[in-house]
Amino acid sequence: MRKLVIPIFMLCVSINAQNPSAREIIEKVDKNMSAESRVFTSRMIIHNPRNTRTIESKSWSMGETKSYTEYISPPREQGTKMLKLDNLLWIFSPSTDRIIQISGHMLRQSMMGSDLSYEDMMEDPHLLNHYTGKVDGQERLADRDCWIITLTAINADVAYEMQKVWVDKDRFIPLKKELYAKSGVLLKRMELSDILQIQGRWYPKKILFKDVLKEGDGTEFQMMEIEFNTKIPDYIFSKASLKK
Amino acid sequence: MKLLFKLAAKNLIGAGLRTWLNVIVLSFSFLIIIWHKGLLDGWDRQAKNETISWETGGGQFWQASYDPYDPFSLTEAHTKIPSALDSLVSTGNIAPILITQGTIYPRGRIQSILIKGISSNQKLLKIPSSLFLKNNDEIPALIGRNTAADNGLKEGDLITLRWRDIHGTFDANNIKIIGIFDTDIPTVDMGQIWVPLDHLQKMMGMPGEATIIVLNKEAQGSIIAEGWKFKNNEVLLKSITDMIKMKSVGGLVLYIILLSLAMLAIFDTQVLSIFRRQKEIGTYIALGMTRTQVVGLFTIEGSLNSVLAGLLAALYGIPLLALQASKGLSMPGGSKGFGLAVADKIYPAYSLGLVVTTILLIMLTTTIVSYLPSRKIAKMKPTEALRGKIQ
Repeated sequence: MRKLVIPIFMLCVSINAQNPSAREIIEKVDKNMSAESRVFTSRMIIHNPRNTRTIESKSWSMGETKSYTEYISPPREQGTKMLKLDNLLWIFSPSTDRIIQISGHMLRQSMMGSDLSYEDMMEDPHLLNHYTGKVDGQERLADRDCWIITLTAINADVAYEMQKVWVDKDRFIPLKKELYAKSGVLLKRMELSDILQIQGRWYPKKILFKDVLKEGDGTEFQMMEIEFNTKIPDYIFSKASLKK
Repeated sequence: MKLLFKLAAKNLIGAGLRTWLNVIVLSFSFLIIIWHKGLLDGWDRQAKNETISWETGGGQFWQASYDPYDPFSLTEAHTKIPSALDSLVSTGNIAPILITQGTIYPRGRIQSILIKGISSNQKLLKIPSSLFLKNNDEIPALIGRNTAADNGLKEGDLITLRWRDIHGTFDANNIKIIGIFDTDIPTVDMGQIWVPLDHLQKMMGMPGEATIIVLNKEAQGSIIAEGWKFKNNEVLLKSITDMIKMKSVGGLVLYIILLSLAMLAIFDTQVLSIFRRQKEIGTYIALGMTRTQVVGLFTIEGSLNSVLAGLLAALYGIPLLALQASKGLSMPGGSKGFGLAVADKIYPAYSLGLVVTTILLIMLTTTIVSYLPSRKIAKMKPTEALRGKIQ
């Protein structure tokens, strides 16, 4: 009997070593996906039932609360700027030369007809700060072995009470996300692809957002350039920068 | 004086077609002014009565942060309904309403909407909330005819409603359209969906809370609710009053044009009369009338145009206006889309005050316009006038 205990114990240890806990997985995902600061240029392709629009922008973000975006193209949107500080968002439109404030429910509305809300576009939350996870299984997705993690909110004030995330086992990067309402209704789906190594971390170059309740083929979010943890001057996150 | 009136009437009738042309033009002015003012008064009365029945009741309590023109205020604008009102709520004599924002997805399109929760047993407003009581669907909903048309919805349809609870967490569920109501008040229809109050309180995580409380006339004086602002109907109906005022000012331009045309004709006639009847003026003075009496005679002659016009207007106007007051005036479709409280038909309201004011206004204007050219008589030399010499 004593001879059997040691091999069984060893087997358990090795299984545990192969199967990291949900917390460990989320921690590694956060390390890849979140940063103290980010500066990136992106292209957003909005596929509506009737047309497709492309919007290019440059964004600066710091932590979970500060974000600033400036639209580069198309000409109609060029010069439009958005500043988000906590739950407040200001938009500057060059055509009217005015700054308008958006807050509350409007922040959760579709941004420029896309499948992203202003919150989705401008926030970079650490999953571990808001969710607790549970490994629900494994699945092969896009030729990669993935953990399926179910995230349940630990705070009442998160946008999505439940998320289901398919995390690449080797690179610890989400390849798919499903965002659910409190009632369990699926609201949005995200597919992350073109994973590249940037500044020592894995990061998706392309994300397809789909508001599943809405018609259309979703919104493609392509990362053209990105820099992590660069120093961003404070004035960027001030209302004065909107009119510059 | 009696003689002056008799003489003036004789002269006026004697002028024949010239008088009748003036009288006809002036009678049109009478009729159009009364009709237009009556139409605005009718609209005002109908819009206010309907708004009271559908929306404002006998006044409202607003949660201190509530501002209907600021959607941002809705996240904060909810408080427990004062317990002093419990009995009135349970008897349906007051109607608490909880308001929040949400999104619906009709035909796969995304559409922002106001979600309003109203007590099912309320008897105060015309919103057919009693239909909720007959329905066992998870989330029954009522919408107005315009919202239904804008979103292609019909009774029995299931649509997905997405909202955020008190903490900002997304929630979504299917709602069933159990009724579509017809109202002339766009502020209870356009971009709104009505659900039972208790359902919305549960959905939002705001048990026992409301954003506004609609009161009946009897209740309003007796209730004091801390943290709530009372708004009487004078405040709540101000937008309608202002709109009608604005329309009245617009109508004033029309009245001025119409009256100017009529007054121009009377003025012209008076000038011509004085010019052509100089011998007659001389004779009056030679026979012992003072200059003031002759001025008075011509002024009365001119003013009598308005009396005849009033009689003529009454002759053909009363049946016409009465017909319109009973049949109403159909308003163009889509007027509600502009956010105006417009019924499909507006029934003009002609009050005694309106008719008397219009008569006095026209008579006074006609008298002034008749008097102005007559002043020339005072400067005439009677001998020259008798000879018919142009002065």
